Amino acid sequence: MADLRSNFIGIRSPNPFWLASAPPTDKAYNVRRAFDAGWGGVVWKTLGEDPPVVNVSSRYGALSYRGERMFGLNNIELISDRPLAVNLAEIKDVKRDYPDRAVIVSLMVPCVEESWKAILPLVEETGADGLELNFGCPHGMSERNMGSAVGQVPEYVEMVTRWVKQHSRMPTIVKLTPNVTSILAPARAAMRGGADAVSLINTIQSVVSVDLDAMAPTPVVDGMGTHGGYCGPAVKPIALRMLGEVARSPDLAGLPISGIGGISTWRDAAEFLVMGASNLQVCTAAMHYGFRVVDDMKDGLSNWMDEKNFTSLSEVVGRAVPNFVNWNQLNLKFKTLARIDQDLCVQCGLCHIACEDTSHQAIARLRVDGSRRYEVIDEECVGCNLCAHVCPVDDCITMAPQPTDGVLTWPNHPNNPMSGAH
Amino acid sequence: MDRWPDIAAGRVSREILALNFADAHPPLTDAQAVIEADRCYFCYDAPCIEACPTGIDVPTFIKGIATGNLAGAARTILESNILGGSCARVCPTEILCEQKCVRNAQEEKPVQIGALQRRATDWQMAKGVQPFTRAAATGRRVAIVGAGPAGLACAHRLAVHGHEVTLFDAKPKLGGLNEYGVAAYKTPDDFAQDEVNFVLSIGGVTLAPDRALGRDFSIDTLLNDHDAVFLSLGQAGARKAGLTGEDLSGVMNAVDFIESIRTSGTKEDVAVGRRVVVIGGGNTAIDAAVQAKRLGAEEVTLVYRRGRETMSATEVEQAWAQTNGVTIRHWAAPARIEGVDGAASAIAFTRGRVLDGRAVHDGEEFVLEADMILKAVGQHVVFDPLEGSGVETEGGRIRVDGSGRTSRPGVYAGGDCTAGEDLTVAAVRDGRDAAEAIHADLTQKKEV
Repeated sequence: MADLRSNFIGIRSPNPFWLASAPPTDKAYNVRRAFDAGWGGVVWKTLGEDPPVVNVSSRYGALSYRGERMFGLNNIELISDRPLAVNLAEIKDVKRDYPDRAVIVSLMVPCVEESWKAILPLVEETGADGLELNFGCPHGMSERNMGSAVGQVPEYVEMVTRWVKQHSRMPTIVKLTPNVTSILAPARAAMRGGADAVSLINTIQSVVSVDLDAMAPTPVVDGMGTHGGYCGPAVKPIALRMLGEVARSPDLAGLPISGIGGISTWRDAAEFLVMGASNLQVCTAAMHYGFRVVDDMKDGLSNWMDEKNFTSLSEVVGRAVPNFVNWNQLNLKFKTLARIDQDLCVQCGLCHIACEDTSHQAIARLRVDGSRRYEVIDEECVGCNLCAHVCPVDDCITMAPQPTDGVLTWPNHPNNPMSGAH
Repeated sequence: MDRWPDIAAGRVSREILALNFADAHPPLTDAQAVIEADRCYFCYDAPCIEACPTGIDVPTFIKGIATGNLAGAARTILESNILGGSCARVCPTEILCEQKCVRNAQEEKPVQIGALQRRATDWQMAKGVQPFTRAAATGRRVAIVGAGPAGLACAHRLAVHGHEVTLFDAKPKLGGLNEYGVAAYKTPDDFAQDEVNFVLSIGGVTLAPDRALGRDFSIDTLLNDHDAVFLSLGQAGARKAGLTGEDLSGVMNAVDFIESIRTSGTKEDVAVGRRVVVIGGGNTAIDAAVQAKRLGAEEVTLVYRRGRETMSATEVEQAWAQTNGVTIRHWAAPARIEGVDGAASAIAFTRGRVLDGRAVHDGEEFVLEADMILKAVGQHVVFDPLEGSGVETEGGRIRVDGSGRTSRPGVYAGGDCTAGEDLTVAAVRDGRDAAEAIHADLTQKKEV
């Protein structure tokens, strides 16, 4: 059995699966249920100054695709709308009752040193294990110059992080917003400010759909809508890219990362780990199916690690990072060709039409004794993978790497005007 | 036995009859339809299209259901097949579109194309309007003889092209087999008439029910005041079984039995035997047997000369009969019907087998006692009204070219009275294509 125990910036938890700061971690009732269900930790839903914020009714919009519900989720809920004292008392109780679990407190107060200085001791007094600075919330709070309004300005990220580290002894994670041109600038700012770790990504600004009867973006609040924060499986590719960029950046080496963004299965979790996250935060999957989703995440991750002979998380984290490179490091001599397993083919014709209409005319449509048959024309196939992606049958179309004669990258390619060949 | 033969109406209560003859396969709900539509891979050059005699663009209409574009879905179906509603209910999809669905290869479970087609066509019919309009009037007149699926499809397409149509039928109601010949639970709630009204709402069609070819008019008289004639006569004659005792009371043609059910409102007045034997292996035999059971017959046995693999009733139909408590017996040829006092009492069969690749019936006999015997050994075209008309026949059907032209200029034919598969959907194709041929021929003549 692989060891899933996690030690993230000194915060121990029985597994790396934490619930992200969000509605599922808004109060003790939910958090206790989560811990009973086996979650390794929680980041308590963001605390702010009193008086608490007020939330609207009608808070989520969702993207469903061909029967898959909540492929993407969009929310316009703000930070915790409960009094600070209530949250603090509950955090203290929960941490006392679940000493082996990680309890992190997410914070968001105005960009004034006094505000941070005031709230930090209150949090420290709860016995919580660490802090997460919410510089990511992209809706509502950002209009009040908090959340992503801070995260989008590296100088503010550094400044606030420094205040927190000055006025608190607690391990501090800075949560980054993806609503930036480059994730590296705020990540570096956090590091400069003394952050113990970064977490990413927070939600992405989005309008998830438009109600064509109400003529308003969803979720519709009394006839009107606003942009929200997008999350769920749909954002995973964006999160993985940003995660990888931070993980591979030499000047950020050694900065631990908590990975967030659409993690729904153990496989997603493994991908985040190998791309450099040493801790994982989950929200939408739990909001979709309840806290029990952690069972298969833990079990599947553990079984996968066993299969790969990994005994602990530290052997997994970052494994794919060296192979995540800029495009110009890819071998232009590499060639792969589509191969269709005719025994598995169901004759849907999707590979043909995709290639014929939108790619390289490399799949012939034949009739052999009256039956449909689709065949790859090797001379035309550029190995783009499109056919393999559109094919509805697993393993029917595979991509076969061809023998490769050495390595030739763009910097050395004769077609490159800047290459040494000229 | 105090009563012999035991043939009676009202064997089960009115409430049970209502249940037994209600929609056998209720429509998909909105949610079910979308889930099912999402299973369609939207194949390119889709095999299901090719498998449909009317060539409905199945992936396109299913896409419409998946996206909530029901108007587009319905139009896609009805453009190819104006009787898409009845075909959705009566087509043996298991040997047509659904048999070719690529999902079979993957999971042995095709997309329910028929049920989805019903979803879209029901939606359109519920709107009360059809999505087609007539072209400018051409002044041409076409007579159609027989208002079954072929005749209706032909009438609709001709009307769309702006021609004037007179639609004759020997029966009081239009619809042909859809009205009189399909098991009642396949098209309940007067669906056949609703569909006739839907199709004919295109306009330009004058109805002439209760008018029979050969009795009330001839092809020559039709051609006096019409530019063309389309014959969709169907197969009005039931084959005789050629058995001793065939004329005893209690022996009926299955088609007549089915018609008696179709023309009854509550089914309380339809008499059925306590023990019923059906002879035949086609869908008519199945429809008769299952309906006999549902009318309250105690024992229904369907007997077929050969093995199940050669039955023209599909596997699905056979399973349906068995699910309904019909006993199917294979490899038995009817030998004679026995009677008491002029009424059938039993039927004797000779067991058969395969000998040198051929079916022979040389085995011992067995006898099934029966109060009612239903013959479903096939129908045939009745040619008497065509005598001397110049319309030639071949192999028991009216001879036509690929576009429905008969040997007599100006006279066209299609549906079950011509060669080919005897399916509703094939009849619709014949009627539609003949209408296009008539339209082409008439407009060409005009230009000359």
